[in-house]
Amino acid sequence: MRTMRPLLLAEFTATSCIGRGIAPTLQSLVEQRSGLTRCTFESVDLDTHIGEVPGVDSQRLPKALQIFNCRNNRLAELALQQDGFFETVQRAAARWGRRRVGVFIGTSTAGILQTELAYRARDPVSGALPASFEYGTTHNSFSVADYLRRRCGLEGPAVAVSSACASSAKVFGAARRMIEAGVIDAALVGGTDSLCLTTLYGFHSLQLSSPSPCRPFDAARDGISVGEAAAFAVLERVTENLDGDSVLLLGVGESSDAYHMSAPHPEGLGAKRAMQAALNSGSMEPGDIDYINLHGTGTPSNDRSESQAVTSLFGPTTPCSSTKGATGHTLGAAGALEAVISALAVQNGLMPGGVPSTRIDPSLMAHYIRDNRRVPLRRVLSNSFGFGGTNCSLIFGRAG
Amino acid sequence: MRLSAYIGGIGILGPGFDNWPQAASVLAGRQPYQSAPTQLPSPVTLPAAERRRTGRVVKLALAIAHEAAANAEADAAHIPSVFCSSGSDGHICHEICQALALSSREVSPTRFSNSVHNVAAGYWSISTGSMAEANVLCAFDASFVAGLLDALAQTAVDQQAVLLVAYDTEYPPPLHAKRPIPDAFGVAMVLTPERGRTSLARIDLVLTDENADLIPDKGLEALRTAIPAARSLPLLRLLATGSSGYAVLDYLDVSRASVQVQPCS
Repeated sequence: MRTMRPLLLAEFTATSCIGRGIAPTLQSLVEQRSGLTRCTFESVDLDTHIGEVPGVDSQRLPKALQIFNCRNNRLAELALQQDGFFETVQRAAARWGRRRVGVFIGTSTAGILQTELAYRARDPVSGALPASFEYGTTHNSFSVADYLRRRCGLEGPAVAVSSACASSAKVFGAARRMIEAGVIDAALVGGTDSLCLTTLYGFHSLQLSSPSPCRPFDAARDGISVGEAAAFAVLERVTENLDGDSVLLLGVGESSDAYHMSAPHPEGLGAKRAMQAALNSGSMEPGDIDYINLHGTGTPSNDRSESQAVTSLFGPTTPCSSTKGATGHTLGAAGALEAVISALAVQNGLMPGGVPSTRIDPSLMAHYIRDNRRVPLRRVLSNSFGFGGTNCSLIFGRAG
Repeated sequence: MRLSAYIGGIGILGPGFDNWPQAASVLAGRQPYQSAPTQLPSPVTLPAAERRRTGRVVKLALAIAHEAAANAEADAAHIPSVFCSSGSDGHICHEICQALALSSREVSPTRFSNSVHNVAAGYWSISTGSMAEANVLCAFDASFVAGLLDALAQTAVDQQAVLLVAYDTEYPPPLHAKRPIPDAFGVAMVLTPERGRTSLARIDLVLTDENADLIPDKGLEALRTAIPAARSLPLLRLLATGSSGYAVLDYLDVSRASVQVQPCS
């Protein structure tokens, strides 16, 4: 990618197990609180911890959009209600025009839980799924993007990005291309992924989930904790004199591993390439980055690979940490959730220390921080990597 | 806002379509369209161990991507890509949901890692050694134009060639009753910012309120409406005939894509 024009992260919100909305999310980060709990989700009988958002199933969708009713869209609606974000999107639509605002939402499993439940209710004779089951507006990856565009009345290009756990980081790249090409002026970007049996049992089958709350970069780390989240932002063309406290998207870098479907490149070559591409797109050097919000899932191989990639590019001194020990790995929503956390880090001069890791793996050379640091931050890099060897790095920074 | 690029090579597989030269002959009206079950080749570019694990989605996407790259004389190991599909592997989804409905809940680890929407992009990267970026999109029935828009924007903004791969495969029962895609269909094309030696045509896309083009041939029209990636057929017909004109392609409820085609020869 060539250099990109900075874009304004005009407003943002996040809902995960550490908080519904910005204020409780920030408070949890300040207090270094984890939202992970022992898994009691649905009928799951696995010995594991999860990051579950309370109240998702009591969230109602508007009557006209009942056909979209599933846990994933209920979570999206719940998140839309926080921080006055629905009204924020309405203001963006009024300012730019409904056709000039696009929708780019990352998800890995969307509403697949709905299909899992339908398979338990098949007709005993014909094997048919229940008549009430709707595929397109619940299970399909586009369902959450389609829900949000209809809910918010946006008429620009709309798409779901679904590249596993990098999905909602890559939405920033897709939106940036459309804005820079002049197709739109602003975009609703973000990600939504919700708990389902496919991911809980799937990661368990790959022996990638931990029985304990996940411990990124810990010497005794033994896997991920699956979480759920919805995080959104309005990304806009920069048009006027900006407040110095505004947060900008300054860089986007993407790459592929060309290595394996479910294991990262052992030396993190794809990850390094994505981070380098993000620096290049923002005309930056490694020394320009003050803090790195790692992908940091807590599996032995992921963290080793990422640490190698980070140190080979940034050396061993740039402070970094993973917030997945607090939020869980929210999969297709992780990129957007951690983009919001990175924006909060920039706004508040906060490097969130990685919880709950107690003994950092001495063989990992990246400068992993366990305690919060309050220092002015100009630029923060956020990593998201996924199955299929898909990588995306984003750089956020202060306008002034 | 107009988005423009040159189409440098096409790959296609589908019911009654085996490759671009044969498909072009049918779409240009030189041969009648005869639907037949889609034949998917084994992905010989993958190592044997990986090849055994691939399902129909991967076979389809890799075959058309390789054909397009070869026709465009593009370097498969370096070209950025956009993969778009209205769903991931329906057979894998069925197997997983079926396993989860049993009390044992034993999900196959290979099936789980191949259940991601970006499975084809992952195997493309592994098989070509390409570390270039791949965007992977879904817009349900609007997936073809969603992918085309992203690929065109990438071509224009980053001034680089982009490989667009649009594909859909059938869902098995009982999902098939809820998502009745009848067979596999895919089309791939290389888009370049400048005219090159292999360029077939220049395309200019604008979003429009016009209705999508229908195809007079009943068989082709049935294919167009049955499989989301086949919403590309009105554009492919123009490219096949080598004539200038414009095609209106289905997209969202609020807009369609009007694509102006100007042949290079």
